[in-house]
Amino acid sequence: MSIPALTLKGVTVSYGGRPAVFSVDVTFPIGSMTAIIGPNGAGKSTLLKGALGIVPLLAGEARFFGLSYQDARRRVAYVPQRASVDWDFPARVIDVVMMGLYAETGFLRLFRQRHRDRAMECLSRVGMDAFAERQIGALSGGQQQRVFLARALAEAGELYILDEPFAGVDAATERAIIAVLKDLKAEGRTIIAVHHDLSTVPDYFDRVVLLNRERIADGPLEEAFTQTHLQSAYGGRLAAGQVADLAARVG
Amino acid sequence: MLGAEFVQLSLTPMLIGILSAVACALPGNFLLLRRQALIGDAISHVVLPGIVVAFVITGTITAWPMMIGAGVAALVAVGLIEVIKRLGRVEPGAAMGLVFTTLFAAGVLLLERTDTSAVHIDVDHALMGSLESLIWFDATGWGSLLDPVALAGLPPQLGRLLIVTVAMVLFLRVMWRGLVITTFDPGYARAIGLPVNWIGFALVVMTAIAAVAAFDAVGSIIVIAMFVCPPAAARLMTNRLVHQIWWSVGFAVLSAILGYILAGYGPGWIGAAASVSAAGMIATVSGVILALACLFAPERRRAQQATA
Repeated sequence: MSIPALTLKGVTVSYGGRPAVFSVDVTFPIGSMTAIIGPNGAGKSTLLKGALGIVPLLAGEARFFGLSYQDARRRVAYVPQRASVDWDFPARVIDVVMMGLYAETGFLRLFRQRHRDRAMECLSRVGMDAFAERQIGALSGGQQQRVFLARALAEAGELYILDEPFAGVDAATERAIIAVLKDLKAEGRTIIAVHHDLSTVPDYFDRVVLLNRERIADGPLEEAFTQTHLQSAYGGRLAAGQVADLAARVG
Repeated sequence: MLGAEFVQLSLTPMLIGILSAVACALPGNFLLLRRQALIGDAISHVVLPGIVVAFVITGTITAWPMMIGAGVAALVAVGLIEVIKRLGRVEPGAAMGLVFTTLFAAGVLLLERTDTSAVHIDVDHALMGSLESLIWFDATGWGSLLDPVALAGLPPQLGRLLIVTVAMVLFLRVMWRGLVITTFDPGYARAIGLPVNWIGFALVVMTAIAAVAAFDAVGSIIVIAMFVCPPAAARLMTNRLVHQIWWSVGFAVLSAILGYILAGYGPGWIGAAASVSAAGMIATVSGVILALACLFAPERRRAQQATA
């Protein structure tokens, strides 16, 4: 078996003295497209932030392509939650996308025409090339999300980690983003996304991780996205009929 | 008006005012965007206890012990703010407010209990500096700018501020991308491997250096005003960070020149005899510029749009 894109072993993260994520073991194979689902406060974003070293791990480890994150950083592209930044920041769309090139150019090397061309190419992949000179605060939520995805595309990673990429976006943006993600998968890249719309899981993803502070289940949809697992992850928060309906679409 | 007397009495205070304003406005741009504008305020207040302690220890008021004392006090204050933020779980603004008022008050008490009658430190000086007294005794006219003997007699504050301003420009140039990305999106910055905490710390240290160098010459009123007013007004002029920095430098220079002239000659124009504090007037002008920017600047509607 080949080395997975990401392996989590006993990952434990605490927020303010309470464990937000407890001893999670999950494997994400190369070329897979995985949704991380679970109720609000289940620690979905925290799990990813812990893996990426954005918040400290209390215990456990994350291996990217068999390496520490430090050594695999250039192969991983991260798309934070759109709401985590202040969009009033004085920058244009193109400036934000160029941030995706910092790892490559370093701090001091000037951007050349080919860097600008690549940023524009990434923008046109998400249908935002006409907005390059626009102030980021003047964009809609969906457009901001596409700019974030374009920045990650500029990093040309092999593993894309997205935190709630479909939160609060319009239908056109959702279609545009999923089309890009499916293209990336077709190129053999790996996708991991925190997701909250259970109804689109079967259409968008081929694997799922069910999380509620602890790992409830993970694996291909037909194994993990089942009535029993959904029930135990969400408890009473989903109507029984809804769960049966979702699971039936996979089974 | 711009003759030999101007060179001797007004040129150096004006240059020192301009350099102080620019050195503080530059990092102020990033402090403002990081919602840390108060940290400039905090640092410039704790400079007072730092200087008094340095005086108590060394018994002199020569520049370097004072600068070092002030710098150490600034770092202690920054550390205290972090500790209070984490242990007390209070919002950053409250932690800063708490630290700087307490330390400033402690500085005042310390100053009262210390025999400083022989030397020139007091609370007035701490607040307003002594910009008008930084004159160039050795100057006889514009020709003195080329006279090495006269140049050697320039107030030492001018040289120090020049060095600090140049260092600030270099710091921003070298750290530009790191500052921008850690300010805009710290989570992403961590993910791509930037030392987010160290960059934030470096910004605070540079801020402290600017505050201490400027404090010595112009007092804390200008320092506090310049950290906030020119960057805030500049933000209302443009939506691009590079342009914002240039606008803030422009506003800082304008405040310094206009403030100095108004303080020196303004009262005369309205028939009053004495001039007013240049430091106070420079800070006031920067506030008026901010008020005008709020009313007329092109990007002032931004905030309302974002929440609408």
